[in-house]
Amino acid sequence: MKKAILTSIMAVTAVLLVNAGIKPGDKAVEFSLKNVDGTTVSLSDYNDQKGVILVFTCNPCPYAKAYEKRIITLHKTYAGKGFPVVAINPNDELVSPEDTFVKMKLRAKEKEYPFPYLKDETQEIYKAYGATRTPHIFLLQNEGGTFKVAYIGAIDDNAMDASAVSKKYLERSISALLKGSDPDPAMTKAVGCTIKAKS
Amino acid sequence: MKNSLTLLFSFILICSQSFGQSVKEVDSDMLVAQCTMQNDTTYVVNFWATWCSPCVKEIGFFEELHRQSFSHNLKVVLVSLDFPNQIEKRLIPFLKEKKISAEVLLMTDLDYNSWIDRIEPSWSGAIPATLIYNRENRVFLEKELTRDELFNHVSQLN
Repeated sequence: MKKAILTSIMAVTAVLLVNAGIKPGDKAVEFSLKNVDGTTVSLSDYNDQKGVILVFTCNPCPYAKAYEKRIITLHKTYAGKGFPVVAINPNDELVSPEDTFVKMKLRAKEKEYPFPYLKDETQEIYKAYGATRTPHIFLLQNEGGTFKVAYIGAIDDNAMDASAVSKKYLERSISALLKGSDPDPAMTKAVGCTIKAKS
Repeated sequence: MKNSLTLLFSFILICSQSFGQSVKEVDSDMLVAQCTMQNDTTYVVNFWATWCSPCVKEIGFFEELHRQSFSHNLKVVLVSLDFPNQIEKRLIPFLKEKKISAEVLLMTDLDYNSWIDRIEPSWSGAIPATLIYNRENRVFLEKELTRDELFNHVSQLN
């Protein structure tokens, strides 16, 4: 009996560990979050799109800043092709005072974000996706009203210098989806700022 | 005479520690080598950057560990992930200001995806992150460490 309980505890733990973040091929997690324009934006609002470029990002992180222009360009390039950007700020504003909702509004206005910039106030969404850093990309594909995660990871292979990029991981993945094939690689890693969890 | 010589040497040693800070640029192969040494030393490899506030908070503990490490078969290596174009402008001034004397490497390969798994497959790429290892054991911590956590992990391995 004791052994059975222990085994089930171990099994539950294993499931929890596996569920700490989603993988390419998994179903995307629905969200409904407050946007800087005062509206609420949900993933299901994008049901008429081919997919969504979901970006976990924030105001102060140098990597997020280095990629900011590129993210705006991505939206301008791919929104018309059915892959708009949705940005989510996951940082707790007490731990990271540059990420308050007011400062998010200012940033979005100053840089003229053409996409929603949402606040993950309860931090449930970034945890459900398993995002760990900013910027962290989740490319979602719409399959008949259900969103599936197609690619997770980096935008490209040079955070410092956009003109020196040689591997455009994200754009390659979008092109693959537009051609009806699967992204390869479906997952990449990048150095980034830790997401600031509530303490 | 002997005493004053000792004093002089101590002074030179302190000076070279305080002011002789240099940064060695490394590529992925050199970094992987640094993370897989096979000898009697325990290595503490911290991945950080000057702009990363939790990294800056804990860096003093690594420096403290380094200053205590001379007789313990222990080596602290600070791997900076600052952009290579910011060595002179940011990295060196930061090391001087914080009086860092531990060895500092600067990673020049920005295709992170090509080398993160070679350092540690469980690492997502977020910093701070710390690898503590020797020939027998290896622990990788993707989080900010308190002084106690750092020293306890090291003493468990060493």
